[in-house]
Amino acid sequence: MTIQFGNPDRPNSYIGKTVPRPNAKRLVQGRGIYVDDIVLPRLVHVAFVRSPFAHAKINGIDAAEALNVKGVLRVFSGADIAKVCTPWVAVLAHLKGLKSPPEYPIAVDRACWVGEPVAAVVATSRAAAEDGAALIDVDYEPLAAVTEMMTALDADTPVLHADMGDNLAFQRLHEQGDVDAALKSAHKVISARFVTGRHTGVTLEPRSILVDWNPAEEQMTAYHATQAPHMIQTALAKHLDLPEGRVRVICEDVGGSYGIKVHVYPDEVATAAIAKIMGRPVKFVADRLESFTSDIHARDHEIEAKIAVQEDGTIVAMDVDDWTAIGAYSVYPRTSAIEGNQVVNLCGGPYNFKHYRAKTTVVFQNKTPTCQYRAVGHPIAVAITEGLVDMAAAEIGMDPVEIRRRNMFRDDAYPATSPANMRFEGLSHHASLNKLLELMDYDGLRAEQAELRKQGIHRGIGIASFIELTNPSPFMYGIGGARISAQDGCTVRMDPDGSIVALSGVTEQGQGTEAMLSQVVAEGVGVPPSRVRVITGDTQVTPYGGGTWASRGAGIGGEAALQAARALRDSILEVAAAMLQSEQSKLDIRDGAVVDSATGEARMPLEELGRIVYFRGDTLPKGLPRELVQTRHYITSDYPFAFTNGVQASYLEVDTDTGIVKLLKHWCVEDCGRVINPQLVDEQIRGGIVQGLGGALFEEIHYDADGQLLNGSMADYLVPMAAEMPDMIIGHVETPTQESVLGAKGAGEAGTAGSPAAVMNAINDALRPMGAQVTEMPFTPERILRALGALKD
Amino acid sequence: MTGLFRDKVDIALTVNGEPVEARVPAGQHLVDFLRASLGLTGAHASCEHGVCGACTVQVDGKAVRGCLMLAAQADGAEVWTVEGLSDTAEINDLQEAFVERNALQCGFCTPGMLIAVKELLAGGGVPSRAEIREHLSGNYCRCTGYEAIVDAVETVARARAERGAA
Repeated sequence: MTIQFGNPDRPNSYIGKTVPRPNAKRLVQGRGIYVDDIVLPRLVHVAFVRSPFAHAKINGIDAAEALNVKGVLRVFSGADIAKVCTPWVAVLAHLKGLKSPPEYPIAVDRACWVGEPVAAVVATSRAAAEDGAALIDVDYEPLAAVTEMMTALDADTPVLHADMGDNLAFQRLHEQGDVDAALKSAHKVISARFVTGRHTGVTLEPRSILVDWNPAEEQMTAYHATQAPHMIQTALAKHLDLPEGRVRVICEDVGGSYGIKVHVYPDEVATAAIAKIMGRPVKFVADRLESFTSDIHARDHEIEAKIAVQEDGTIVAMDVDDWTAIGAYSVYPRTSAIEGNQVVNLCGGPYNFKHYRAKTTVVFQNKTPTCQYRAVGHPIAVAITEGLVDMAAAEIGMDPVEIRRRNMFRDDAYPATSPANMRFEGLSHHASLNKLLELMDYDGLRAEQAELRKQGIHRGIGIASFIELTNPSPFMYGIGGARISAQDGCTVRMDPDGSIVALSGVTEQGQGTEAMLSQVVAEGVGVPPSRVRVITGDTQVTPYGGGTWASRGAGIGGEAALQAARALRDSILEVAAAMLQSEQSKLDIRDGAVVDSATGEARMPLEELGRIVYFRGDTLPKGLPRELVQTRHYITSDYPFAFTNGVQASYLEVDTDTGIVKLLKHWCVEDCGRVINPQLVDEQIRGGIVQGLGGALFEEIHYDADGQLLNGSMADYLVPMAAEMPDMIIGHVETPTQESVLGAKGAGEAGTAGSPAAVMNAINDALRPMGAQVTEMPFTPERILRALGALKD
Repeated sequence: MTGLFRDKVDIALTVNGEPVEARVPAGQHLVDFLRASLGLTGAHASCEHGVCGACTVQVDGKAVRGCLMLAAQADGAEVWTVEGLSDTAEINDLQEAFVERNALQCGFCTPGMLIAVKELLAGGGVPSRAEIREHLSGNYCRCTGYEAIVDAVETVARARAERGAA
């Protein structure tokens, strides 16, 4: 199978072009169907009573008053739900030593974080359920809470889960070369402590699920805002003791996800359990406070790190000691050890050096569980790496661009293996950096910066190179025992009128998955994208697959779609050859018609072929295959992960009187392999950058020493809004992966991976003449003023 | 219940140009009334305290947070939602520009965003990018990073100004 991607004038050349998203028109008219928009007959609503304590024994639950509220139907305790639903343990075999206790949908006798569900109130309206929840009287006995990450393993810190023995969930040490010797003999060793703030996804659509149990059919249907319908199907079936085939997960429009909606949440499983007990549909939609206390958090890391360089800027060693606190439980089924593991895997990623040591220590504490959130681990690893590289450059008096050039893997050095043992098939660090410098006019900006500095205006330029892990094979989850598919499938069929339907296991949360699939299938078959209808997000309908996460939609789902589309094309042409008494190899499909491939002369529209196959099959030769439905699956096999690379730059101004950072402009050059839809890729990168900017400047979940959440509203937890965000220039270098025909690697997380580091380096570039430096995110005005010595208390 | 403290309130209003009469719970927010009672699910509830803008609807010509206004307060009001504004084609150019520029991803913020933009552009003229950003600073979008939205608004403002001048 060959497609001349290099020739933009080839027939059906939709791959590589901006084509409209089939679902966008619907969404701008308010015709989206999000879970909360769905109403079923006999629908009831559930609200959860949540622990106000970080750690407390539950001695009893008095529901009498709640049951008197008009509309309240039932109240469920943890023990009630445990009768129909088994607990889960979120560990993976390949993350050696990872431990976590059994977790129940509703706490049974002990609550372990502020926001953990302790009871459920079901009523005829959400309002009545909330009124009832407010009247549930829980007899709590507060217990000592573990809230400090760095003392979690100290002997005098209470053990959160007695059965676990200590508060250590997971630890991994990776060591390559002789780090101690390299540190000793290097020209300079620079050390720094980095902190990334615990933050969360703040999806505009809160987590939502509507579950219906039909006892007559013994079928459970869950309408769910999720990225991974098949994974959820498995989890519900397993813990509610149902055959997988009797659980159908339907995922219509999803109002933002970013990794938040790829996990199994206790309250959502409880909703399914309640539907099964009550035999009627139950809806749960989190309110905003619930989102802050029960959506996964992420990025709660403290890191001590060192870099060793020679006089000429050569990096000889990196030494990283990463700590992360994951809350009270490892999150099911992907686990909460992955983020720390990624930090170990990704630090130093762009650079070719020999001696590398990284350790991650993952501890339990009485806070909301953390887990995978957009660009898992990358923003942390990139901040550590790029922060150290900039500090080293400053120490030896070298330009930050030059030190990177001297150490990045050469563009012709692939295949290559990093000191963390990550295998790279083909990256383009130098080409990407060159393109970035050109786009931003680096020298011009430096001159402007110097000129403004004379006027007391403190601007900074920050650069951050990065690698990004995409397209995971079963090495990510499957080998550890999780039933999370790394393979994905697509079924493509032609209906009698010549229209094409594609059913895919990857899902849409706004990225443009369905547009991407429509243009891949359109090109693969030979029809306009408008003639392709894409169906995703229904476990009873689509091929089995993993869904959309780890930037796998285009790389895995897109390739399956292309293979299926090409197979359908072959089937159509086999029939056409028989009808036209021609050779199959002399025919092609272009713009929805069978044509002579040499001359392009139209031979037969697809609807005529459809009419014959479906209604006058008697006129075709007996025994002629006429399978106008084809399914193909795709899985990567040569590399455990694909890697993309890129480089970002931030230009900003620091007001040294107020500590306020004004973002002036941002650039990103990304190599995501083959670009399928330039506009969608650019917008993924822009959105990702801004999500990273949130973590760099604004977003931080605050707890007090008792584990009480202090900022559980959007008035208190700041997110990026339009007024503070810069315009962003996006460029591309394309190094398609050789593993697939399509060559796509994924673009959903690159923006988030690199932008916090670029901003950190830019702020420090602005502050450096004043001898100040910040390494603790988010870089609030207060932290900047403290770094400047303007705030001392 | 006394007249001063009723838990149900009778209201009469127009929604998307159609008369509506209803008896609503006194504590029900306008957005919940529109969504649950009238099936107008275009406006979305999200932060539920007026910060994110997802529930923005038009009440008596102004962009209003549907989560900060009670349904009972809409008695006698003229309410427009994205569904009605789509039917009248009043914001058709904006919607097309949003689609063309991919100024939406998940679409959850978009109905509220469109109504906020409608208000901005009602004043006429071509606002600067900074003014567009400032006007939309109460509408949270987690997907796009805002630039595409600013581009789409700028495009429509220019096109309208040109049409007005022609």
